[in-house]
Amino acid sequence: MTSPVLEVSRIRKVFGGVVALEEVSFAVAAGEMVALIGPNGAGKSTCFNVVNGQLRPDEGHVALHGRAITGLPARKIWRLGVGRTFQVAATFASMTVMENVQMALLSRRRRLLSLWPRATRLYRGEALELLERVGAADLADRPCGQLAYGDVKRIELAIALANEPALLLMDEPTAGMAPGERAELMALTAAIAREGRIAVLFTEHDMDVVFGHADRVLVLDRGHLIAAGEADTVRNDPRVREVYLGPETLAADEAEADAPGWAAC
Amino acid sequence: MSLVVVQFLTGLASASSLFLVACGLSIIFGVTRIVNFAHGSLYMLGIYVAYSTAERLMPLLGGAGFWLALPAAALLVGLIGAAMEVTVLRRLYRSHELFQLLATFGVVLIVDDIALAIWGPADLLGPRAPGFDGSIAILGSKIPEYDLVLIVLGPLVLGLLWLLFRRTRWGTLVRAATQDREMAGALGVDQKKLFTAVVFLGAFLAGLGGAMQLPREAANLGMDLNIIAEAFVVTVVGGMGSIGGAFLAALLVAELNAFGILVFPEISIVLLFLVMAVVLVLRPQGLLGKAEQAQHATHGEAEPTLAPGGRAMTAAGLLLVAALAALPTLAGGYLLGVASEILILALFAASLQFIMGVGGMISFGHAAYLGLGAYAAAILTRELGAPMEGALLAAPLAGGLGALAFGWFCVRLSGVYLAMLTLAFAQIAWSVAFQWTEVTGGDNGILGVWPSHWADSAARFYWLTLALVAAAVALLRRAVFAPFGYALRAGRDSPRRAQAVGIAVRRQQWLGFTLAGVFAGLAGGLYAFLKGSVFPDVMAIPMSVDGLVMVLLGGVQTLAGPLVGAAVYDGLKAELVTRTEFWRIIVGCVIVLLCVAFPRGLVGNLKALWQSRRGVEG
Repeated sequence: MTSPVLEVSRIRKVFGGVVALEEVSFAVAAGEMVALIGPNGAGKSTCFNVVNGQLRPDEGHVALHGRAITGLPARKIWRLGVGRTFQVAATFASMTVMENVQMALLSRRRRLLSLWPRATRLYRGEALELLERVGAADLADRPCGQLAYGDVKRIELAIALANEPALLLMDEPTAGMAPGERAELMALTAAIAREGRIAVLFTEHDMDVVFGHADRVLVLDRGHLIAAGEADTVRNDPRVREVYLGPETLAADEAEADAPGWAAC
Repeated sequence: MSLVVVQFLTGLASASSLFLVACGLSIIFGVTRIVNFAHGSLYMLGIYVAYSTAERLMPLLGGAGFWLALPAAALLVGLIGAAMEVTVLRRLYRSHELFQLLATFGVVLIVDDIALAIWGPADLLGPRAPGFDGSIAILGSKIPEYDLVLIVLGPLVLGLLWLLFRRTRWGTLVRAATQDREMAGALGVDQKKLFTAVVFLGAFLAGLGGAMQLPREAANLGMDLNIIAEAFVVTVVGGMGSIGGAFLAALLVAELNAFGILVFPEISIVLLFLVMAVVLVLRPQGLLGKAEQAQHATHGEAEPTLAPGGRAMTAAGLLLVAALAALPTLAGGYLLGVASEILILALFAASLQFIMGVGGMISFGHAAYLGLGAYAAAILTRELGAPMEGALLAAPLAGGLGALAFGWFCVRLSGVYLAMLTLAFAQIAWSVAFQWTEVTGGDNGILGVWPSHWADSAARFYWLTLALVAAAVALLRRAVFAPFGYALRAGRDSPRRAQAVGIAVRRQQWLGFTLAGVFAGLAGGLYAFLKGSVFPDVMAIPMSVDGLVMVLLGGVQTLAGPLVGAAVYDGLKAELVTRTEFWRIIVGCVIVLLCVAFPRGLVGNLKALWQSRRGVEG
């Protein structure tokens, strides 16, 4: 097996005496979609923010292609090849869709201080290609501030891809979207990841999305990684079911486990 | 040794009034989220009203009349504050912070002229405090007895406020509203009454601070802006919304002023600057302030997209320049002077619009860079005998260097904190120009700054101005649509997203701030040669606000706005000043009205109207 794109080793994070993460280690390989799940307060966001550089862990480290990125500022992590989407989509609302992608391309080519050329004329073709990849080429000239939320999510994906990332971090990618749109966005992401051999790490509440699209699932509970593996293995792990459904439903049959109770988690 | 003790006690006494003003400002901000620019005016009204009241009461009641006059004045000022809340502030709670600051500055102008009308332009020296009119010896040096009263007053008020906020039901409600306005509303607190009462309290404290100064200094019309700049420094250093922080910072600032005079009598203000800088670098939220949670979501709708005007617009611009170039064939010297001034101020406003509209940074001290350019040009030509050409090259450099130095601190803050800090820096620059007489000539300014021979007629200087301003504005517009401007706008739209695509937001803002300083400096250099002289006024607060009003008149998000704004505003003002002594009250009312009714400015509103019409037809 080739060396993983992302490697998280033994990270620990404590907030004022409360242990948010303890001995958490995992890896994500190229082209692999990995979901990070867990009940509220399990440490998902903390873990995610340690990986993306917003938080510095108390112990342990994060490496990208074997190079330590622990605690680097977000903009440096991006330059090393990490694209991101946010839980509440963040784009440049005063720019058109095309300009949003061009902005990322300008940054990648380090043209941010140039005072003379017209920004809108630079890297148009490349921006259009990226928009085509997420199926949003027809939105190119629309102001980003006026798009439907599902479209904004796709634009975010296009922006994240502008730096040809090796790793894509997606924080609750389908939050706030209609069920139909969710499946569509995740299928798109999976296709792009597979095609570009991009490693994807995402957090998610919607179990349909998780078990429908993740190659592997990591389960956090109270700061500890309690299970990791392929979707089916994790789904049937008694500890995972205990965490999600409580001990008394352990005897419940398979059908019930797949019922709305799961989806609501 | 005794000198040190005396200065220390003097500092403590000055700290009291400063604390009263700053904590009033802080309390009002805590609940209403408005930084009340007019708070210094309330302080000034406090001393004037106390003067008049004492004048009436003392013949009737003797010494008791004086001691009655002070709280009476504070009470009246409190009521004036409450009236201001009901008429102006209440309409601004949902507005952008820019409009809140500007509208309350409009109130500053209105109060200024009302005070001028009632009390006249001369300084008024109040009576000495009966019972405390002597001085006592401490370690062999004399200290005014009244200073001791002030020294006690500060901690006394701090204690009373603590009791009010911690031990009464009303205080608890105010604290609840400070933490979460909506929640307090949901719990059945009558917000309207609470807000009015809070503004009353804040205004009362400012009025008391002013009234207490009656035996110490002469009441004058410049007090409002002097104290508000210091109060801004105190709240930024102490931490916005923290009464204890305001107390601590007021002590610090007053002591620095007291001792600074011993160390660097000429530029004592520099000490203040250094301390503020150190505090802000180590604790951006101030000494006792809490870190601000993200940005306020006061910006209702998303900012509009910007697009260059295309060929037609470029052609229109060239046509306008050509038409303006023909002006000397029609107009005489005076009109050409006004036209040159409008052009220069348009460049000044355009540079301000660049950081405000594109960068999202509200500067209330942009005149500092105009002034630095003007002084650099004047000093070079007068003291070093440089030609105009060299001076006009040095002016943008000086403006840019000033913006580079001040901007480094300013971009560490955002929103209203940034606005207050820019204002404080401008006030510091103004003080240096005012106090450093050997270099700047102080209040007498620098005279005889004339253009080179080839540009010394009104028409030729006008053409020179037109050429430079047109080129500079074209460059600025170019920068807006270049990657530089886009990256700046990206940081404004979504700092998080900007960071996540590798943009160093703070650095981009810093460089944008500096670029704006360069163009403001160029405007300043031209301004010096146009007027033939430079006075500290060029970097005073009203000049900064003039720039803001021009940008606002034209529309913050409208690139052509500053040009229109400068023409309308400067033209009107030139007209008004010749007609009436009380032009400030008119300008003040216009500003208040503009902020409350037309936040998108003239051009912005016209554009919106046009677009909505087109939308209906299409």
